Amino acid sequence: MRVLSKKNIMILAGLILTFAIVYALRNFGILTSFHEITIAMVCINIILGVSLNLITGFTGQLSLGHAGFMAIGAYVCALINMELNSTFGFILGVLAGAIIAALVGVLIGIPTLRLKGDYLAIATLGMAEIIRVIFLNLEITNGAAGLNGIPRYTNWFWLFFFTVTTVVLISNFINSSHGRACISIREDEIAAESMGINTTQYKVIAFAIGAFFAGIAGALYSSYFYFLRPEIFGFLKSIDILIIVVLGGLGSITGSVIAGILIAVLTAALQSFAALRMIIYALLLIIIMLFRPQGIMGTKEITDLLNFSKRE
Amino acid sequence: MLIIDKLTRSFGGLTAVSNVSMQINKGELVGIIGPNGAGKTTLFNLLTGVYEPSSGTIKLELNGEEVNIGGLKPYNVTKAGLARTFQNIRLFKDLTVLDNVRIAMHQNVQYKLPSSFFRFNNFYQEEDKLLEEAEQLLDIFKMSHKKNELAKNLPYGEQRHLEIVRALATKPAVLLLDEPAAGMNPFETEELTNTIKWIREEFDLTVLLIEHDMSLVMEICERIFVLDYGMLIASGTPAEIRTNKRVIEAYLGEDVSNA
Amino acid sequence: MDQFLQQMVNGLSLGSIYALIALGYTMVYGIIKLINFAHGDIYMIGAYIGFAATTYVHLGFFPALILSMIVCAILGMIIERVAYKPLRNSSRITVLITAIGVSLLLEYSMMFFVGAEVRSYPKVLTNHLFHFGGVRVNMQQIYILVTAVALMILLQYIVTKTKTGKAMRAVSIDKDAAQLMGIRVDKTISITFAIGSAFAGAAGVLVGIYYNSIDPLMGMMPGLKAFVAAVFGGIGSIPGAMIGGLAIGIMETLVAGYGNSMYRDAAVFAFLILILILKPSGLLGKNEREKV
Ligand SMILES: Nc1ncnc2c1ncn2[C@@H]1O[C@H](COP(=O)(O)OP(=O)(O)OP(=O)(O)O)[C@@H](O)[C@H]1O
Ligand SMILES: [Mg+2]
Repeated sequence: MRVLSKKNIMILAGLILTFAIVYALRNFGILTSFHEITIAMVCINIILGVSLNLITGFTGQLSLGHAGFMAIGAYVCALINMELNSTFGFILGVLAGAIIAALVGVLIGIPTLRLKGDYLAIATLGMAEIIRVIFLNLEITNGAAGLNGIPRYTNWFWLFFFTVTTVVLISNFINSSHGRACISIREDEIAAESMGINTTQYKVIAFAIGAFFAGIAGALYSSYFYFLRPEIFGFLKSIDILIIVVLGGLGSITGSVIAGILIAVLTAALQSFAALRMIIYALLLIIIMLFRPQGIMGTKEITDLLNFSKRE
Repeated sequence: MLIIDKLTRSFGGLTAVSNVSMQINKGELVGIIGPNGAGKTTLFNLLTGVYEPSSGTIKLELNGEEVNIGGLKPYNVTKAGLARTFQNIRLFKDLTVLDNVRIAMHQNVQYKLPSSFFRFNNFYQEEDKLLEEAEQLLDIFKMSHKKNELAKNLPYGEQRHLEIVRALATKPAVLLLDEPAAGMNPFETEELTNTIKWIREEFDLTVLLIEHDMSLVMEICERIFVLDYGMLIASGTPAEIRTNKRVIEAYLGEDVSNA
Repeated sequence: MDQFLQQMVNGLSLGSIYALIALGYTMVYGIIKLINFAHGDIYMIGAYIGFAATTYVHLGFFPALILSMIVCAILGMIIERVAYKPLRNSSRITVLITAIGVSLLLEYSMMFFVGAEVRSYPKVLTNHLFHFGGVRVNMQQIYILVTAVALMILLQYIVTKTKTGKAMRAVSIDKDAAQLMGIRVDKTISITFAIGSAFAGAAGVLVGIYYNSIDPLMGMMPGLKAFVAAVFGGIGSIPGAMIGGLAIGIMETLVAGYGNSMYRDAAVFAFLILILILKPSGLLGKNEREKV
């Protein structure tokens, strides 16, 4: 069985250890609620970063609207969970949120993904803005006041579970023939088409998968923080996610994981200096682009660096 | 097997391909020549769906079926059995040699999207098969030991070779080569000539070849079409083309007859 | 009918402001193919300079306008030199992300230094109202229209009649060829940024006197809408940007006036997505296809 390769066993061991350590620290009361929020944000950031990286880093389609999909997942999950206040309701909410986000992704992707580069960026930005305005005006989402008293089911177990699942599934995808089809679009769209890749279809697929996981991140978010407001999912949230992807490296899952952690910690540390935090983010973006456009990892993965076994 | 009828394409005021008709038979190795800007690459772009024809039709006959490929999307043309190389090399530069080939094999991959996430058994079976076939194709140009190098790090000649391997990986019936010998020395050209002959036999291909190197064209092509200012000005065997007046005029100065 | 005409007048005023911003987008896009995300923030800075000039230095409308245009022109050139020029040969995604970074930097530096609160512009113009039938036109609107039209005529003159304008057009068609013909490409790009930014600065002052309130994030939405305007008109086309700006302004006031003002922004973006799908080259733009 190739699933039980040496590499996978080591990864599994690492994961169990991580889970156990955080679990123990929590139960011994060493983690404050501030730490816990940071850990939750680490997980949510990783899911968001990795899913946007699939769209922007691997498939090469700059999206400035990832927060829109997150919003859909958040609202759908919260509404279901408020009706159905149980773990089952929570899981149902997460899945429904993710699926609806993916459907919206397909719906929006089909017309907009024909656009190139900058135009696509603006179209996705516009789409997220439209989603936000809709939530702002719907009765069921309670408009600008938002939803309050959402039951909390997001805990360390679920955060960990969904983060690991996201990373594993998206890495599997990237390393499959379908994933390579997506990557070929980033490399050279015309050549990809001429080699038999239906580029529009694969862009939409990447977009939908990315939206699906962003929906999960949104659902976890809503079930962790008790409340939702449309303005949480504005343009700046999309930029936050983009920063994770760019800092980690467009086209590196490992990079998005590292950057997801860094940004969560940085955000927590600068919590009470909102403007300063944004100035630092802005400078970070500019400096990375000017001096290290490949980000922390470039397109490398941790498995390339450790070289457990020669890459297939 | 490939029937081109009154094909025309203009860009603004310029007619890059003008009323061109050709018939190419199965298994033929056909050369397309003409001075710079004659419309050769544009013809390939029309055949492969990169550009839409302004008018005219392109039909592909395969196994008794006739498909109208004019105006199809490039990936559908490739599916129908036409594959090409690019004159100005368009490899997936930042990917490995192996990935370049495997991407071209994607259209024949059987496993579906869910298997790419959850890696069912067919995932491993097919990925193994892809790897094996890719290595075999790379061995045509003795490149399989370079499979993990990035395409952009290959020397120029090997990049041209990889273009051909990548096109073959789509399992085509018709192979379009756009100046495969550009930038090669006489020795490399000679080698390439033999490889093209071998590929055609081995894969049972029909080959269209754009080339400026007359010695290559004259040596391996059974028939030659000559384009000038977008128009087809002559066609025939190498011997006929060599002595054709209009061709000599078009190439004014360049000595076709001695090639 | 009167109400409709009133909406049109309001739409035209707002639209001329969008048009002024859209011109900068279009010029910069035309010459270096960059959606200069920071452009909307230059407009915000322009508004603050106008505010400072009128409130603290007690300058009148025109001196404040000119001062703001000059400072913004310099700022635009500095941004281009520091952030975009080193990336001339980078991928477009890289430059676009940089532009987003510059935009955030301007917004939040401003917030850091002057605070997030909304400030109100002093009265620089009289409150005089003109009545045309049932339609009311105020002094601000007249100033906006006149200033915008004057600036656009000036720009049209610069682009079509002067040497600089010719250089700009040459660089936008083919940078390398222009270089070979002895045109100083870097300088031309710099001037393009200066002119575009000066216009944004002017728009900032105009919006300050029109809406009477400014804040550090005010550039974001109008910036994006002006971009929509530029796309609608055909990005790279100067008359296109003017028509696009006016059209978006009118559309927005009509949606707000007759529909739900909450959907005003959504309508603009829905409109954008529609244009991009139906006619991505815009009204007056050229269709470009990559040569293979
Ligand atoms: N996308 C395009 N837009 C405008 N003109 C084009 C385009 N593609 C090709 N052309 C023009 O069509 C004409 C034919 O070009 P083409 O590339 O087909 O020539 P070619 O025969 O392949 O020449 P070469 O031997 O130099 O490769 C040229 O004048 C070229 O400039
Ligand atoms: Mg050619």
